[in-house]
Amino acid sequence: MIKLTVNGESRSLDVPADTPILWVLRDTLKLTGTRFSCGVAVCGACTVHLDGNPIRSCVTPISMAEGKHITTIEAMEKDPMGQRVQRAWMDEAVAQCGFCQAGQVMSAVALLKNNPNPDDAQIDRQMSGNICRCGTYPRIRKAIHRAAESGSVSVDESLFTEVKA
Amino acid sequence: MSDTTLEQRSGQVSEDELKIANVSRRRFLKGLTATGALVIAARWTPSALAQSEEPDDKAKYGADAMAHGWVDNPDVFISIAPDDTVTIINHRGEMGQGIRTSVVMVMADEMGADWQRVRVEQAIANEEKYGNQNTDGSRSMRHWFDPLRRAGAAARTMLEQAAAKQWGVPVSECRVEVHRVIHGPSRRELSFGKLAATAAELPVPERKSLKLKSQKQWRYIMREPKDFPRENDAQPLAVDGMEMLNGKALFAADVSWDNMLYAVIARPPSYGSAVKSVDDKKALAVPGVVKVIQMPTATQPSGYEPMGGVAVLAESTWAAIQGRNALAIEWDDKPAGANATYDSVAFRAELEKRAQQPGEIAGQQGDIQSAREAAAKSLSVDYYAPHMAQAPMEPMAAMVRIDGDKADVWTSVQNPQAARDGVAKRLKLKPQNVTVQCGLMGGGFGRKAKPDYVFEAADLSRAMDGRPVRVQWTREDDLHNGFFHTVAVEHLEGYLDDNNRVSGWLHRSLAPSISSLFVADADHQSNSELGMGIRNMPFDIPAIQQENGEAEGHIRIGWFRSVYNVPHAFAIQSFAAELAHLAGQDHREFLLELLGPDRQINPGKKDIFNYGEDPARYPIDTARYRGVIERATKEAGWGKKMPPNRGLGLAVHNSFVSYCAIVMDVEVTEGGEVVVHRADIAFDCGPQVNPDRVAAQLEGACVMGVGIALMTEITAKDGRIQQDNFHQYLVPRINEAPREIHTYAVNNSLDIPIGGVGEPGLPPVAPALCNAIFAATGKRIRSLPVADQLKS
Ligand code: FES
Ligand code: FES
Repeated sequence: MIKLTVNGESRSLDVPADTPILWVLRDTLKLTGTRFSCGVAVCGACTVHLDGNPIRSCVTPISMAEGKHITTIEAMEKDPMGQRVQRAWMDEAVAQCGFCQAGQVMSAVALLKNNPNPDDAQIDRQMSGNICRCGTYPRIRKAIHRAAESGSVSVDESLFTEVKA
Repeated sequence: MSDTTLEQRSGQVSEDELKIANVSRRRFLKGLTATGALVIAARWTPSALAQSEEPDDKAKYGADAMAHGWVDNPDVFISIAPDDTVTIINHRGEMGQGIRTSVVMVMADEMGADWQRVRVEQAIANEEKYGNQNTDGSRSMRHWFDPLRRAGAAARTMLEQAAAKQWGVPVSECRVEVHRVIHGPSRRELSFGKLAATAAELPVPERKSLKLKSQKQWRYIMREPKDFPRENDAQPLAVDGMEMLNGKALFAADVSWDNMLYAVIARPPSYGSAVKSVDDKKALAVPGVVKVIQMPTATQPSGYEPMGGVAVLAESTWAAIQGRNALAIEWDDKPAGANATYDSVAFRAELEKRAQQPGEIAGQQGDIQSAREAAAKSLSVDYYAPHMAQAPMEPMAAMVRIDGDKADVWTSVQNPQAARDGVAKRLKLKPQNVTVQCGLMGGGFGRKAKPDYVFEAADLSRAMDGRPVRVQWTREDDLHNGFFHTVAVEHLEGYLDDNNRVSGWLHRSLAPSISSLFVADADHQSNSELGMGIRNMPFDIPAIQQENGEAEGHIRIGWFRSVYNVPHAFAIQSFAAELAHLAGQDHREFLLELLGPDRQINPGKKDIFNYGEDPARYPIDTARYRGVIERATKEAGWGKKMPPNRGLGLAVHNSFVSYCAIVMDVEVTEGGEVVVHRADIAFDCGPQVNPDRVAAQLEGACVMGVGIALMTEITAKDGRIQQDNFHQYLVPRINEAPREIHTYAVNNSLDIPIGGVGEPGLPPVAPALCNAIFAATGKRIRSLPVADQLKS
């Protein structure tokens, strides 16, 4: 049994310890908003937050989440920064097929929580792990700037930790 | 518009729910009718009856020429509930082009519905009812704008007639305003919902009697988001917008059925290889693995048939993946023949050798031999464009279950009817007993026009006595076992006369044909492939010779966004720039001169593929080429002085009956890195129904094109694809995308028939970028991708 919380709910999961978090979310918990695309941590589609840090859930075993908090795209509607990013994404009409966008939003939320006003170089650095085959990058850049501009928001400072690309 | 996606539950969908969502709108509507509900009921005429009134012996074009044609009956697409909710069916595949929004927008606007009270429902595969659903070839709006407008206008007319009937007044005194009908003289009004039942009783008006709205009367169509009615918050309309950002959007792998098994398949490494032996002991020992099943090997040519291999079925995707890793398979390469030793480097050399010999004549005017003999200057070069994989971010997935003489499919495909009919055939079921419901496609780019993955799921479900099975492709599967973009060597010769004018142009093209997927020994490009840039080249040159060289396919060749336009435009638009340089002239002026005087060329006269469109309605129009060139170069400041190591490059191309010119502003750093500062894109597809989505398609095509120019390539050695995943198969990331992309609409007017949008933005990108590299550095790129060619 692995005990952890997912989007604020405590869970005890009976799954093999080496199962990647991605497949626990998708197949066991039916939280299908987190996407599978490369499976080897090179595209960012599966990005979730583990104790506030963005991670690639396709290569992170569930055992690493023991006693920790996983936050997925499904929780972003209730997260102040998540809402702000979603709003900015809508205003810029970023999404095309939408498949990469859950991961893009999770990376952008982590970026903005860590760095409320990133410049282009910082956006490049933090977002280059997320591939969008539809090519929505120019709008992603605009939407991040827009979210950064759209006023301050109360953020739990304890969640600030090093962002891993 | 909040409640809009397909089936908006993030978890399991129960059988009953699925039936409602899936089937049968008929059954769904019946349910509503039983409680005395809706307006425009389910009483559709088969599409065959709704087709154009052209006599049969006349050549058919556009939507008329597509399987099951078009439908404009409002009963098929529109229903209204008593609570005023208007439900509109979208029957085309959504893969990022925004068609679910655009289709609904057209019908909603014509009928006068309020966007906030419209919801969209995704059609199942049923072309007999909905008309053609094959979402490919940049055709959706081109073929459907007029029929969908008529469907909306017919619904509006019926609502006005219903109001007149209810009030007992002449229909001429009743008119639709937003989501309600007003009686002019008395100012009485009734909402759509209150008119539903009466309207349902009325006959659908005659097509000829319909009054379509004028452009001024539209609230959404052809408008920029900032011009939308205020209540929409000036946001682009996007029916799936928020669902894509909160995890609720449903793609192919996001719905599961009770008792479902998860399958991954170890497919043959080469096209045609078969399983010699398999040891599945270790795979079966993986916890969660339920069964290992050997699949039949596809014979060549495979068409859409799955390649074969060994499937591992398990209780989770992860168990299936681990089970597959534990298989020990020995492959028999003999049935693959030469494919088993395919080496893309050697094949390139072979094509380059063949390119020195004449090919079959594909197009000819004037006498190339005399132009060659009289030439003052000449240039002869070869260009190379490699294989690529479409690599949509969503890897293929499909779920099938079989129950007696019926089967259900949940997947995402570009061509749902082909999936339905193919599943029916292999399961020996009636096509109408196979229900194919599509989720959103996480990108398609031509890959999902082939429903092989749906067939795999059908075969496995059958092997499990009908139990639900979802086949999940991994990225490695996608890159190793795809239907790849062709590979091309393009040999160009150009001759200049004493006045530096082009007197002769020879283009010899060698590229494996998509026909090789369907026809044994097809080893030359087809007429449609040659019509993608070569045979329809509009240049005004006295002597032109176009040749089609021999090139056989050793991997499965399939559609990739813009298809053969990609290599053809790269070669032609690079070569035009090279000849301009040879002539010592400005590239822009030279290109305009090559196009010659404004004129319309009738492609029908030379039997040139015209994307299935009527050559009289869609001639090749050199004024439209000129229009986009002038606009893009003006916006980019063509001719301005550029900083060192930085240059502007231009290219223009017509494809899918639209015109696109691009100027790229590119810097090449000391280290040989290419930085794309800016792209200026002028685009003429005629009227832009949803201008924001047109811009988005052009931006996306530009980013993809930068990848084609700089980094994207599939190679093969010893019959194996060498790229496993995105660390080797390189596509642009945010730091590699152009810093700025600007798009401009040219001829955005209803006076011109609609052209394609999804594909025509791609072909000019790579040549514009390579022409810019030349302007920046003097180095000419003739082989894609650039990769490290600029590094010393
Ligand atoms: S699926 Fe995890 S990074 Fe690509
Ligand atoms: S929106 Fe399609 S992959 Fe990003």
